[in-house]
Amino acid sequence: MTDKKSAGRRAWNATMKALMIIGAVLTITILVFVIGYIFYRGIPHLTWQLVSGTTSYLNDTIGILPNMLNTLYFIVLTMLIALPLSIGAAVYLTEYAKKGAFENIIEFATETLTGIPSIIFGLVGMIVFMQAFGLKAGLLAGSLTLVMMITPIIVRTTQEALKTVPDSYREGALALGSGKWHMIRTVVLPNAIDGILTGCILAIGRITGESAALLFTAGMGLALNDFFTAMQSSSATLTVALYLYASENGEVDTAFAIAVVLMIITLLINFAAGRIGKRKNK
Amino acid sequence: MDVTDLNLWYGEKHALHGVSMKISEHRITALIGPSGCGKSTFLRSLNRMNDLVEGCKITGKVVYQDKNIYDPDVDVTGLRKRIGMVFQKANPFPMSIYDNIAYGPRIHGIKNKAKLDEIVEQSLKDAAIWDEVKDRLKSSALGMSGGQQQRLCIARALAVHPDILLMDESTSALDPISTGKIEELAVKLKENYTVIMVTHNMQQAVRISDDCAFFLLGDLIEFSSTDKMFSKPDDKRTEDYITGRFG
Repeated sequence: MTDKKSAGRRAWNATMKALMIIGAVLTITILVFVIGYIFYRGIPHLTWQLVSGTTSYLNDTIGILPNMLNTLYFIVLTMLIALPLSIGAAVYLTEYAKKGAFENIIEFATETLTGIPSIIFGLVGMIVFMQAFGLKAGLLAGSLTLVMMITPIIVRTTQEALKTVPDSYREGALALGSGKWHMIRTVVLPNAIDGILTGCILAIGRITGESAALLFTAGMGLALNDFFTAMQSSSATLTVALYLYASENGEVDTAFAIAVVLMIITLLINFAAGRIGKRKNK
Repeated sequence: MDVTDLNLWYGEKHALHGVSMKISEHRITALIGPSGCGKSTFLRSLNRMNDLVEGCKITGKVVYQDKNIYDPDVDVTGLRKRIGMVFQKANPFPMSIYDNIAYGPRIHGIKNKAKLDEIVEQSLKDAAIWDEVKDRLKSSALGMSGGQQQRLCIARALAVHPDILLMDESTSALDPISTGKIEELAVKLKENYTVIMVTHNMQQAVRISDDCAFFLLGDLIEFSSTDKMFSKPDDKRTEDYITGRFG
């Protein structure tokens, strides 16, 4: 080994290390800046009046309570439809379907669907649910659109979770005379539950953060609705409301306050997903 | 149990060639032979576990209690209740020791708590593990040692009161002391059960089995009492194998 060579190597090492530190610092800076800026702009306007009131042009008040409720409605209705559908599909694909071309095509399709821009789902949802089925923009049309969007996510994560259950458990149950469904219910699903829950939380995160698909299908109504009237009446979620206040009403301050609320919800969701992930690794 | 002309294919691969064998009750039958000779495959076709393998095709007859278990009208779950199986690697479910044992009886409709308690205790006693676990029935089965887990799996299989117990190299992953315990157990079990076991361990076959079947490349070469096979084998290949000339 010559000194020249080792000096060159040291310089190369130092350069790479410096580049990586710069990359890390830049990433953290951007992150801190975005979060900090949103909180800086949003928190002063995050008043009790805003989170507990409604928007009225007559009284000249702005409130996002209806939008928070709408977001909640969308989560509930979408998950209610998507969960049994996607877990059923995942169990079928993993436990019942013969391994072959059919399963590969479905897996390829679900994978592709998870990567499609959500605005396309919005467009399809509008054409199918609103124009063909005649639904009005609102909770039902919006949720059905979201179901199309998040089903592939839950199917994928559930399939992955089911695949981590060792085959020896399945064999053990069957060798005791268990029927196939009994085995799935008592041995396979309980051992995949953490993975399925993580998938659900990711899906809830997707629903909370979704705006493009809902611009078409949920409508932009800011009025306070209960769950059932929201079904067929225009109901803007937090994200849609953020868009409205920022771009159409020029209420940028309100938009930042909504951003803070969304960010807090997202943090909570990620925290919950992390907790479940940890429990799984224990 | 009477096996006649059993052929088995995994896809294109012809894994068992016309095996016929009459297995006696209340004896330990050992299946021996080099790796890949079809002994495990044969064992798994006795309670139709090969049904789970995609592309597996079976011809021939396995008659048990005057009934071919491959007849289309056979209830496979009922069959597996009567012909239990213990696997090569201990596979307790990730639940409590109690729930592991109660899993089988619960499938078959026993819900009564007192009855389940009784079955759990009796099965664990039969599997010679009761004294070691009686104070921690509610703790997870995954916290037990490998040998204990395997005896738990035997207890779990016994809990559904099978007639026949199939053991697929059930001691190969265990230390000598645990192996010894399971061998003792197998000998004790043959009073009430018929035991059919696959083993790689020739000494084990000599120690505990009554009858012995030697497989080679999917053929049953020789089937006789263990004493005879290990003293005066009929076939040259059997002799070569048991004297360690190949395998």
